[in-house]
Amino acid sequence: MTTVDAHRDPAWRGRVFWTLAALALLAPALVAVEFRPWIFLEPENLRITLRFLGDFLPPAMSAEFLALVARETWRTVAIATAAMVLAMLLAVPLTLVSSSALSVSLLTGRMRPVAMAVRQAIRVLLVVLRSVPELVWALVFVRVVGLGPTAGVLAIALTYTGMLGKIYGEILESGDLHPTRSLLRIGSGRLQAFAYALLPTNSRELTSYTIYRWECAIRSSAVLGFVGAGGLGQQLDASMKMFNGGEVATILVAFVLLVALADAVSGWLRKVIG
Amino acid sequence: MNTSPPPQDARSGSSLPPAALPPRPPRSIGLPLLLLAMLVLSIASFIEVGVDWQRLLSLDALARIGRFLGELANPARDAAFLGRLGVATLETLAMSAVGTLLAAVFGLLLALPASQLPEQPASRWRTPTRWLLNGLRSIPELVWAALLLISAGLGPLAGTLALALHTTGVLGRLFAEAIENAPDGPAFALRVQGVPRGRSFLYATFPQALPQLVSYTLYRWENNIRAAAVLGVVGGGGLGQMLSFHMGLFHMPETGSILIATILLVALVDFLSLQARRLLNP
Repeated sequence: MTTVDAHRDPAWRGRVFWTLAALALLAPALVAVEFRPWIFLEPENLRITLRFLGDFLPPAMSAEFLALVARETWRTVAIATAAMVLAMLLAVPLTLVSSSALSVSLLTGRMRPVAMAVRQAIRVLLVVLRSVPELVWALVFVRVVGLGPTAGVLAIALTYTGMLGKIYGEILESGDLHPTRSLLRIGSGRLQAFAYALLPTNSRELTSYTIYRWECAIRSSAVLGFVGAGGLGQQLDASMKMFNGGEVATILVAFVLLVALADAVSGWLRKVIG
Repeated sequence: MNTSPPPQDARSGSSLPPAALPPRPPRSIGLPLLLLAMLVLSIASFIEVGVDWQRLLSLDALARIGRFLGELANPARDAAFLGRLGVATLETLAMSAVGTLLAAVFGLLLALPASQLPEQPASRWRTPTRWLLNGLRSIPELVWAALLLISAGLGPLAGTLALALHTTGVLGRLFAEAIENAPDGPAFALRVQGVPRGRSFLYATFPQALPQLVSYTLYRWENNIRAAAVLGVVGGGGLGQMLSFHMGLFHMPETGSILIATILLVALVDFLSLQARRLLNP
């Protein structure tokens, strides 16, 4: 007869088992990523890092460079905004065609096979568009249209068409379908049913999600410059390759401010509209 | 017995009595102004970006896109290359998993001072921790990777730590919110019994928030697999590094295979994560 410790954790076996199992799974992954954080502390690496970080102060503050950074920041926002507009122009019609909320045949039973095939084909297209990361699209478009913001706009536009199309579809199908179905049943056209029932019931959610995506687009357009698609990233890449710590520091600050601003504006817009 | 017809709504000419219509929504000047501002911003953006539509939609460009896709459509399939591709895929998977896990651990450690529990004064570390989390979060993974490459050299370690740093910022904030929003009832019951704060957190507040923490972590893992696949482009190892290498040398069949592997990996992780979340939050 053992005495039972009233304060012992009754679930300790499970906890220990899952911790050990997680560690056993993690060990090969740590090997695969060459997880040796102590190489940061090797004298040679430490010297380079400290010298680079030391260069951060003072940040580059010449009027000329600040103007350049401001211009690249605006270009970053412009790439994101233009890409969002394109993505919406592509995603809205694709959603209208693919959304089963606007299916007429579904009202009286099963969806017609042709309609089902078209809808599935568009869904697969959307999945492919968003499975390829925007940076990979950017690499492809840099090859096709050359270096510059156009490649960035197209890359973000394609990926975000996939994302917007998927989420728009989910929002439309998860909302209250009763008004839409009623309109379709009494013989209204699909576009009318969309404009007078489906859109008004879901407009807030759709707007809010679109604004959130715009904020994400700003973040990705800041990064796409690394592969030559214009904007802040390109400037950062150039400064980093020249080991110019001061310029890197200024651009990083601009980066953080831009993201914080986009975050704030997007939050405010969603509160005003939503 | 409808003797007097209902008064006609003069404005719309509808036959319904006015009482049956919902009141008109209030008109505000703000919304049109906002829409106008968005329109102006969009037009200014297109002018700034200067998309060369004529060039982009010209036959020449279409032919180039077609040729490019045609070259990609014949992916490389020799065994030696597929072996290397498999290793890079596993490396990308490991990078995303380790990065996310490190971020979950450090995010939780930072979320504790960043969150405020009921009936308890906020820690004085709350504001500085929130600033730290915001800073980590607002620098994208790719920039972290480029910065870390200077100290860690080329390879997956820089990419993994870059993922971990950015994701720590994201998860720390989400975790702090989840902990703050956990219902206080069970913790209160323990506190009333005289259980110290640490234990009441571990046995009441934390288990309440845990499903949400896990589902946030899985969601970030989905994001990080995409990020891990591209971090290599700046030299952070994995599929991205192979991609930028072969694309730079115009090895189109290899590029095609790598793109297919990326898509499959992303789809697989999405599927696994969705299943895991369904299992956790039925």
